[in-house]
Amino acid sequence: MLEIRNLHVKLEEEDKQILKGVDLTIEPGTVHAIMGPNGSGKSTLSYVLSGRDGYEVTEGSASLEGQDLLSMEPEERAAAGLFLAFQYPVEIPGVGNMTFLRTAVNAQRVARGQDEMSAADFLKLVREKAKDLKIDADMLKRPVNVGFSGGEKKRNEILQMAMLEPKMCILDETDSGLDVDAMKLVSDGVNALRDAGRSFLVITHYQRLLDHIRPDIVHIMANGRIIRTGGPDLALEVETNGYGDLLAEVG
Amino acid sequence: MALPAAKQGALNGRLATLSLPEAGAWGTEARRDALARLEAMGLPGRRDEYWRFTDPGLLNAAEPATAAAFENDEAPLFSAVDRLKLVFVDGVFSPEKSDDIALEGLEIERLSEAMSRDIHWVREVYGVLEAGAHSPVPRPHAALNTAFARDGICIRATGKVSKPVSLIYLHEDAGSDAILHHVIRVEPGAEMTLLENGPAAARFNKCLEVDVADTGRFNHVRAQGRDHERVAVTHVFARLGAESTFKSFTMTVNGVMTRNEAVIDLTGPDATAHIAGACLGDGAKAAFHHDDTVFVRHRAENCESRQVFKKVLRNGATGVFQGKILVDPGAQKTDGYQISQSLLLDGDSQFLAKPELEIYADDVKCSHGSTSGAIDETGLFYLRSRGIPEGEATDLMVIAFLAEAIDEIEDSVLAEDVIERLKGWLARRRRS
Repeated sequence: MLEIRNLHVKLEEEDKQILKGVDLTIEPGTVHAIMGPNGSGKSTLSYVLSGRDGYEVTEGSASLEGQDLLSMEPEERAAAGLFLAFQYPVEIPGVGNMTFLRTAVNAQRVARGQDEMSAADFLKLVREKAKDLKIDADMLKRPVNVGFSGGEKKRNEILQMAMLEPKMCILDETDSGLDVDAMKLVSDGVNALRDAGRSFLVITHYQRLLDHIRPDIVHIMANGRIIRTGGPDLALEVETNGYGDLLAEVG
Repeated sequence: MALPAAKQGALNGRLATLSLPEAGAWGTEARRDALARLEAMGLPGRRDEYWRFTDPGLLNAAEPATAAAFENDEAPLFSAVDRLKLVFVDGVFSPEKSDDIALEGLEIERLSEAMSRDIHWVREVYGVLEAGAHSPVPRPHAALNTAFARDGICIRATGKVSKPVSLIYLHEDAGSDAILHHVIRVEPGAEMTLLENGPAAARFNKCLEVDVADTGRFNHVRAQGRDHERVAVTHVFARLGAESTFKSFTMTVNGVMTRNEAVIDLTGPDATAHIAGACLGDGAKAAFHHDDTVFVRHRAENCESRQVFKKVLRNGATGVFQGKILVDPGAQKTDGYQISQSLLLDGDSQFLAKPELEIYADDVKCSHGSTSGAIDETGLFYLRSRGIPEGEATDLMVIAFLAEAIDEIEDSVLAEDVIERLKGWLARRRRS
């Protein structure tokens, strides 16, 4: 599904190398987690994959189902099946949540050569998906993320994911700012989307999200590289011992 | 005192092409008084404090520059709204094109009829609010309007009016020079909504005097648009009684030169005045210059005022905002807010702002802010990451920028209509 090879990235504005050779292969239907201390490059990886400005790839490659991601515009990556759930979802005043969702769904359909979804079909679908995430009609009508609580914003991200049906989902610290109940709701939403054709990359500081979204593979990232890869137990090891030992190991 | 030669010269030139319309009864006197005010002020020049950012040349000129009517395939704004339509063609009321002017809770008359009768409520308002609004800044084009207005509508709201009154300004003659003066009185406890739209004329001078009595409510949504070469100077004069509400929103697209002045006088306690503007300016097809000059005066206690003005500018477009809040001694517990912001979509456009606060009471809350900036990259990326192409995503970010101003429209159907219109304008720019 996702192939990252020797990816080196620096900030465009300053001469600062953030990613220093990331290698990662994600198979269809699997859930990978990336853990790591602050500043290790986790969020940068998610932004570079989804095409945010401000980063320069100096070496390496990243592809989604064989398509070169790095040469595509952000909207092309989305249409190809990539989705990033933001750590801080952006407020867009004046644009209704429903309008936004419909614009996005139809833009992707058009980009893939499909017909736009009819208003009636769309409404039916969005109501169904929203219900599972306990998103009420008022939240659908309100401007995108404006006045939403932290939990509502994250649920809204998962709703977008459910509507857009991406193949490769990246969740950037989706647990930040969530209480226990909200985390459960969001995790259930994610778990409902797990299937053989869809992969996940879950970025988090803490093991607790991984209690809800059980990963197949856990990576530890530090100083711009993946320094260890293991099974779900690796996350527990981090939770018990912190990152110190792991970082010391690689010197 | 004699006028400076330049002002006198401009005035003489302009007056040469005008003559006082016939008016019976009190109308003649009101017009003569206004002419006397104009003659004492002269016409504005670039050296005047409030004309430094806007060249009054096109307004002062004896004859208007020609402006072609611009056709597009969109239905006019408010088309789907149930309303009472009053139509003006090049600044002249057209009874044939208008609805029957009868609506419960309203008295509607043409200005000429109101002026022909000795005893009439209009007499207490026509030119009266205008005459009171020349200090500290003279507004000569408003006095000119009172003196020479060729037509206008007088509306008195006596109850809750069931549907909006919609003034539609059609523009047919490429050389038309329209002068319209409307007078509105909202009686205690009454409520009405006024809609205005259409390009009106090649050059349009319009005055709207609104007298809102205690506990009255007045809502106003207007759109200035379409014709690229049109020129307009408009004035809104509002006098607000105790516990009254005045809300006015203006959307502006296209137009070589538009100057919108508003003077709002909060005369009774607990009154509310909100005035907002959303402007999309593109200098590509023709020059674009848009100026909002607003003066809000708090004379009474516990009043609230908001000024929210947003401008999106590109291709050498110019936006101007001059806004002032004046709080009189004794106008305690005033809550005044003013924000003017521009979104500059390129390096060629400019935004000139002159926010002012003048406060003579000690227990008030007043704030003002003014910013210029580029499009929010984070928001743009967020939209694109959902698959929305860059052009469309940019349009949505423009709407997001204007949202605070559009939010001042109370009626959600009207607000949605305005948003759709703005989207249509943006989409056309993207295609061209």
